Amino acid sequence: MILVVDLCFKPQSLSKYEFVDPITAILRRAGSEYEVVHSTEITPDLIYSSDGIILCGTALKDDIYARRIDLFSWIRDLEKPILGICAGMQVVAAVFGGEIVPQPKIGLEKIMIVKETDLLGPPRQIEGYHLHNFGVTLPQGFDLVAGRPGEVEAFKHAERPLYGIIFHPEVRNRWIVERFDALLLESTTTP
Amino acid sequence: MLLGVLFSGGKDSVYACRRAMETDTVSCLITVVSENPDSYMFHTPNVGWAELIAEAVGIPQLTWPTLGEEGSELADLSDAMAAAIDRYGIEGVVTGAIESVYQAARVQRICRDLDLWCYNPLWQIDQLEYLRLLVSEGFEVIITGVFAYPFDGSWIGARIDGPLIEKLEALRDRYAINPSGEGGEIETFVLDGPIFRKRIEILRAEKTYGNYRGRFSIEQARLVEK
Repeated sequence: MILVVDLCFKPQSLSKYEFVDPITAILRRAGSEYEVVHSTEITPDLIYSSDGIILCGTALKDDIYARRIDLFSWIRDLEKPILGICAGMQVVAAVFGGEIVPQPKIGLEKIMIVKETDLLGPPRQIEGYHLHNFGVTLPQGFDLVAGRPGEVEAFKHAERPLYGIIFHPEVRNRWIVERFDALLLESTTTP
Repeated sequence: MLLGVLFSGGKDSVYACRRAMETDTVSCLITVVSENPDSYMFHTPNVGWAELIAEAVGIPQLTWPTLGEEGSELADLSDAMAAAIDRYGIEGVVTGAIESVYQAARVQRICRDLDLWCYNPLWQIDQLEYLRLLVSEGFEVIITGVFAYPFDGSWIGARIDGPLIEKLEALRDRYAINPSGEGGEIETFVLDGPIFRKRIEILRAEKTYGNYRGRFSIEQARLVEK
């Protein structure tokens, strides 16, 4: 089961349709089991019964998640695959000592993948939809996967299956969520 | 939260309004009336009749004119949203955008500049599932414009129902059209639905069609009890 975490400012907000439902639709089409939970309602049982976790994005004006980083301290020690999208990436960065910094960007932009990973594949240029007021600094122990040091588009923990992407894969890059889903399947079926 | 819905009277803005009404308070419907029938930003067929829907759902409407020219229509939209802040105290704007990054990004930028929340509750929705949802929830939607091959004259004024959705699905598979018209292939108008206190009855309309472009122009309509 994939745990999909809603980071919007409150449970069942109007933003959920925009930032959570498109992710679950991708998982549903892939035939994967998932469960949605709001960030304020996560329980240890849910975390430990999941095979992997997706932390979703939020509305541009919604920065409540950045004031609730303590809710996500469990990320630090969890060995399971985690994908943080936009706000979710910012949360991952903050938990590992990175900074959330003003870096507004809206719309389709070119993205340079600079390091090969199992999630984003080999270095190349892609185009992605951005919708954020904040970016991150690269936390210690993470590799820059896309973008550049002052403008991190994607990162991965050097030793763990812990990924962050600042753009929104549900728009024109659904393959990223599908690949994360496939990686989870591999990790749960590989002895 | 007090919200303003960007409102054309087409199915997407009406359904976005329904979702917004379930979670928040819709304090006004914002209708930008474009003089340019080929506007990239604003739905144009029958937009003048959106006023009747506003009355049917019982929400005040703010109408705002634009010449519909690419440079100025965004400034006009921004002015309309600013007026909605002044008159109705809105804190956020709701759109019916589904796939159009072009439209969504532009509205997001205006919202950021006006310090408004921006909501797109239909964003990336599966278009066929969405059409079935509209029908199952009791929305009565008619096609008021076709603007692409292979739509013929029979689509003009047709009601969206199960068999019509099957036809749209077949056209999607064969011609790669967007079944809900997100690419501008079709335009719609909503006559009734669960948020309507009264339904709209069309008394007179004119159909025009030629070369895969056609319109269903409402000339006379009224509200009737449900």
